[in-house]
Amino acid sequence: MARTLAMFTDVSLCIGCRACQVACKQWNQLAPEEPEWTGTYQNHHHFTDKSYRLVRFFEETDDKGQIKQWHMMSDVCKHCAQAGCLEACPTGAIYRTEYGTVNINQDICNGCRYCVSACPFGVVAFNHDTGTATKCTFCNDRIHNGLGPACAKACPTQSIKFGFRDDLAVVAKKRIDELKTLGYKDAQLYGEDSSGDLGGLNAFFLLLGKPSVYGLPEKPKLPQRNVVVDSLLSIGSALVVALGGLVAFRGRGGQGGA
Amino acid sequence: MSLSRRDFLRYGMAAASSAAASGTIDLSPVEAAATSLRIKEAKAFPGVCPYCAVGCAQLIYVKDGKIVDIEGDPDAPHTEGALCPKGSSTYQLSLNERRITRCLYRAPGATTWDEKPLDWMMAEIAQRVKKTRDATFVEKVRVGARDVTVNRCEGIAWLGSSVLDNEENYLIAKLSRGLGLVNLENSARLCHSATVPALGATFGRGAMTTNLIDVQHADVIMPTSNWAECHPVSYKWVMKAKERGAKIIHVDPRFTRTSATADIWVPIRSGTNIVFFGGLIRYAIESKKYFHDYVVAYTNASLLLDPQFKTPTDLDGLFSGFNPAIRSYDQSTWKFELDADGYPKKDPTLRDTNCVFQRLRQHYSRYTPEMVERVCGIPKELFLKVADIYCSASGPDKTATASYALQLNQSTNGVQQIRALCMLQLILGNVGRPGGGVVALRGHSNVQGATDFGTLYHMLPGYPAEPLQGPHPTLTDYLEKTTPKGGYWVNNPKFVVSLLKAWWGPAATKENDYAYDYLPKREKADAYSHQHFTIGMLQKKVKGFICMGQNPAVDSPNAKMVRQGLRNLEWMVVVDLFETETASAWKEPGIDPTSSQVEVFYIPGAPAAEKDGSITNTMRMAQWHVKAVEPPGEARSDAAFIVDLGNRVKALYAASKAKKDRPVLDLVWDYQPQGPKREPTMELVLKECNGYATEDITDKDGASLYKKAEPLKTFGHLRDDGSTACGNWIYGGIYPEEGKNLALRREKAKAGDYLAHGWGFVWPANRRIIYNRASADPSGKPWSEKKKLIWWDAEQKKWVGNDVPDFPGTMAPDAPRAKDGPFKGVSGTDAFIMNPHGLGQFFASIVDGPFPEHYEPFESPTHNLLSKVQNNPVAKVYNVGDLNKLGTPDRYPYILTTYRLTEHHAAGMSRHVPWLSELFYGHFAEIGPEMAKELGIQNGDMVTVETPRAKIRVRALVTERIKPFMINDKKVYQVGIPWHWGYQGVMKSARGDITNDLVASLGDPTTFIQESKALLCNVRKEA
Ligand code: SF4
Ligand code: SF4
Repeated sequence: MARTLAMFTDVSLCIGCRACQVACKQWNQLAPEEPEWTGTYQNHHHFTDKSYRLVRFFEETDDKGQIKQWHMMSDVCKHCAQAGCLEACPTGAIYRTEYGTVNINQDICNGCRYCVSACPFGVVAFNHDTGTATKCTFCNDRIHNGLGPACAKACPTQSIKFGFRDDLAVVAKKRIDELKTLGYKDAQLYGEDSSGDLGGLNAFFLLLGKPSVYGLPEKPKLPQRNVVVDSLLSIGSALVVALGGLVAFRGRGGQGGA
Repeated sequence: MSLSRRDFLRYGMAAASSAAASGTIDLSPVEAAATSLRIKEAKAFPGVCPYCAVGCAQLIYVKDGKIVDIEGDPDAPHTEGALCPKGSSTYQLSLNERRITRCLYRAPGATTWDEKPLDWMMAEIAQRVKKTRDATFVEKVRVGARDVTVNRCEGIAWLGSSVLDNEENYLIAKLSRGLGLVNLENSARLCHSATVPALGATFGRGAMTTNLIDVQHADVIMPTSNWAECHPVSYKWVMKAKERGAKIIHVDPRFTRTSATADIWVPIRSGTNIVFFGGLIRYAIESKKYFHDYVVAYTNASLLLDPQFKTPTDLDGLFSGFNPAIRSYDQSTWKFELDADGYPKKDPTLRDTNCVFQRLRQHYSRYTPEMVERVCGIPKELFLKVADIYCSASGPDKTATASYALQLNQSTNGVQQIRALCMLQLILGNVGRPGGGVVALRGHSNVQGATDFGTLYHMLPGYPAEPLQGPHPTLTDYLEKTTPKGGYWVNNPKFVVSLLKAWWGPAATKENDYAYDYLPKREKADAYSHQHFTIGMLQKKVKGFICMGQNPAVDSPNAKMVRQGLRNLEWMVVVDLFETETASAWKEPGIDPTSSQVEVFYIPGAPAAEKDGSITNTMRMAQWHVKAVEPPGEARSDAAFIVDLGNRVKALYAASKAKKDRPVLDLVWDYQPQGPKREPTMELVLKECNGYATEDITDKDGASLYKKAEPLKTFGHLRDDGSTACGNWIYGGIYPEEGKNLALRREKAKAGDYLAHGWGFVWPANRRIIYNRASADPSGKPWSEKKKLIWWDAEQKKWVGNDVPDFPGTMAPDAPRAKDGPFKGVSGTDAFIMNPHGLGQFFASIVDGPFPEHYEPFESPTHNLLSKVQNNPVAKVYNVGDLNKLGTPDRYPYILTTYRLTEHHAAGMSRHVPWLSELFYGHFAEIGPEMAKELGIQNGDMVTVETPRAKIRVRALVTERIKPFMINDKKVYQVGIPWHWGYQGVMKSARGDITNDLVASLGDPTTFIQESKALLCNVRKEA
């Protein structure tokens, strides 16, 4: 196995410009969608099958109701070391690459959507046109050709850093120390610790407050045991799924998506 | 440029190493080959983002004649490969179902478009131009006792564009002036026109003083614009400074994405910036925090003023010389006391009560922290805290940078708001030094270039004035009145004569004053601006209109009135990528198309990726982009349209013997169109702008300097005897040899050259930070090791350092004032070589006063607390009756401010791009929770926003980021509305009411820029 690649998103540098969101769309040629009203600048509540990166906006007020901070956080698939989606996938469509990223093989995915509910971060989305589950791949084609992911490249302030996980962990820790000395006492890393939750996240974050401020679970967990068992059971039928069931699932998905 | 596997790794590593501190991705070839990459076999062309003036360099990947990807160029020193969402979606400017690729024609009164062949369209357009020109042409007028040739056509307006290339703007300026047009503008008028006189009058050039890359060296940064949102990629340099420990102070009426990154947010009421900056200037003086030695050496602070000059402190709001009958100033007391040589007397101790410094001090004595609090709504403690931090970043070891954009520009005090900021930087010694400067953030990709190339009614390419019939009837009058006695502008005759030679070639001779008569002469200063001529359309005085790359139906002030003006035209040509609101004004929803007789010709244009040319970014850097693909269908470059039109109009006049037609017929117009679409050769245009010899030139010993037609190496070689031709002198040196295009240079920054002199071409003479003589002390040594930039090398007897000196290269620091020659009047310490006295100017004659004074916006919630003069007494109020009524606080109690967002841009582009249009739910107004509660408005409710000009419907976005102000002890709510939307757009979220319908027809007295940041409105929740 090659060295693990990772994405380190430092929200203290993010200006919420959404270059990452659009660069992702351009590189991956994802279709536009009518946005949703979220009451903020954010254009979707959740990731969609056409938005693999999503910049989230949160306003924080002080006890007098005055604006204290406007948090912007560019959210993405975490490529977890212990990935709920991967563990839940009955067909083996979800696999781990030699760089530690988690991908969905679109030719194998049968559209059962177990992964959608198994992801602790709500990352995986279902594409009603193809009848498959989709999500960020760290731009699989780019990273296999020596280019960084489109989002990291576009990011004006280098809030998104891409590289080898061990290197980035050093950068991240140094940055936390700097921020602490500058007075950001709540600054913390999220998902950097590979002995922590989910074995560490390969897209990890530097946050300026508690994870919940950013809509992240404080303690991300693998899905309920029974979901996993459920999905493990269905692995037995993977062959069937791969042959006949695939068509059936996808067909249903296609109609449901109108 | 084709990309090999090696390049991939290079780019890959560049991207990775800038992304991670140590990580370079070195993958084994097997893995690399395993997954195909769509850009692998693609050719990469150098591109430039066509949206904002950060000018992000792009690589455009093309395979089989089709664009497959556009991303940032990782070698670009100012952007390091980044792009904001707009730059990242440039792909969809080319590949877009909404692109119009055929010519469309709308007959008078018709209800639909018809497709017509390009050739037919061009022939018809040329005839309309000729017909209207002939019908409205004025050849001579009587001025006093003499007949003056004015060669002026007022019946046609041409809107060039700040999103077109330099060469295209040059061609527009040349052809339109050749036709006699005076109604000539580009979008710079509406966004940054106040910049030019403000920076020009203070420092000598109307352009940003510094370089974006250098911002990282500032100790304090004060954006007074929404820098992070509007110029996102350049904000990386602010964040770099911040990572190094610089303090960020954001001054803005709203809490924006810039405020979110700042250490301190200073909420300021729109339109009161002079009070804030004036307060800071006062603080710097009274707390003795100004950079004394710099101020004495490099500014006009020590010069003595005529004692008869009076300030608004003396005269309760007015300067001496005000004439209320004509609402203008007689400037005869606004002058210096002169010595026997005709040079201003000075007091280097700065103690004389008549020196500029003491008068400035007296002028700003009223701008106390209490006054700042009551007028701007900034609490006094906050102001004092900020004043201390900002003014402490001054002196030999420290510098501070300040940015501004439209918050300062778009005001009836636009020029003076910017002037006040410039003066603050001057008094703190922050100009011409690393980490200092005034960062003028231009909005459109080529606002700087379009301005430089003269698609503005009042000027010619390179900044000589467009002549006026009264003072400038002959070339001699013109040169005498527009050429100063000292400073680099003494070379004005060389620039002007060379320009006339570039335009009229052999027909411009010494005998006919180089065809000076051919240039149109303006009737008066108060005419022909964007607002003037859109009203001219309404009143049917302007009959024909050519609109390229701009969308006045949405982006003009009082836009509803402007659309009526468009419908009143006889004919209109629109050259653009999409069907803009301007092109479709005749079928605006709610309007009966048959009621408008305007004949519309829609010509499909091409974005930067589909043509050759250069774009000058906000830091004066011209970057060339190379045509990556053919424009689709009948679409062509804008240059092709202009050159074709010129040729056709010339052909229509070919048989004419009339004198009035000579300027058209004699216009040099050979750009060698190539290929099936007759695309002109853009290097030829660039060469003409650069300058070339019109005959063999020898030095005084007879040695050959230039052969005929050879490009000039520098503007220093221009002559005023007709032996040189030059389309734009400030770009001299951009094309120094045949085939050598310095705008096309893309050399990575080398070690030791952080300003990256090998990337693009920065005017003037590739100087990256102008006025850099001021980075050294009067004796020529750097003020400090930490802030060094250029210095005098006594051994080599020349200026050396990290930038090209903006100073005569071998003039010693102790050199006396030059008596003659190209640097006449300049001495060894005159860091501001363009100014007549070589000094940075606190005192400078501008029509509304030599020092900035605060006046309230025309719609204001308060009376003016500083004087009895409520509004700028010489501002322009357009008289269009009920269409321009102004609101009062009793009926319109809320402050309204307008702005733009990161994700959208010029009204003709982003709303046609799906990946941008999906980023916002739709048009909205930002309202604070307290006000929302009072009006019963919930987040997401539809509201009506109303001014006396119009009503619009938008969705309320209720947010804590919008706060009320305490103004003169009274609470006032504000409403913020972005202005992008209109009735055209790719999806529901891209369509909405037009914010600029709310804006009044008012103008700054110098540049006629509108007041769209500080208005009053009313808001109602929809039932
Ligand atoms: S591109 Fe960078 S700065 Fe912009 S939203 Fe994404 S992470 Fe934030
Ligand atoms: S819009 Fe401006 S900041 Fe964004 S990519 Fe283009 S040039 Fe760069």
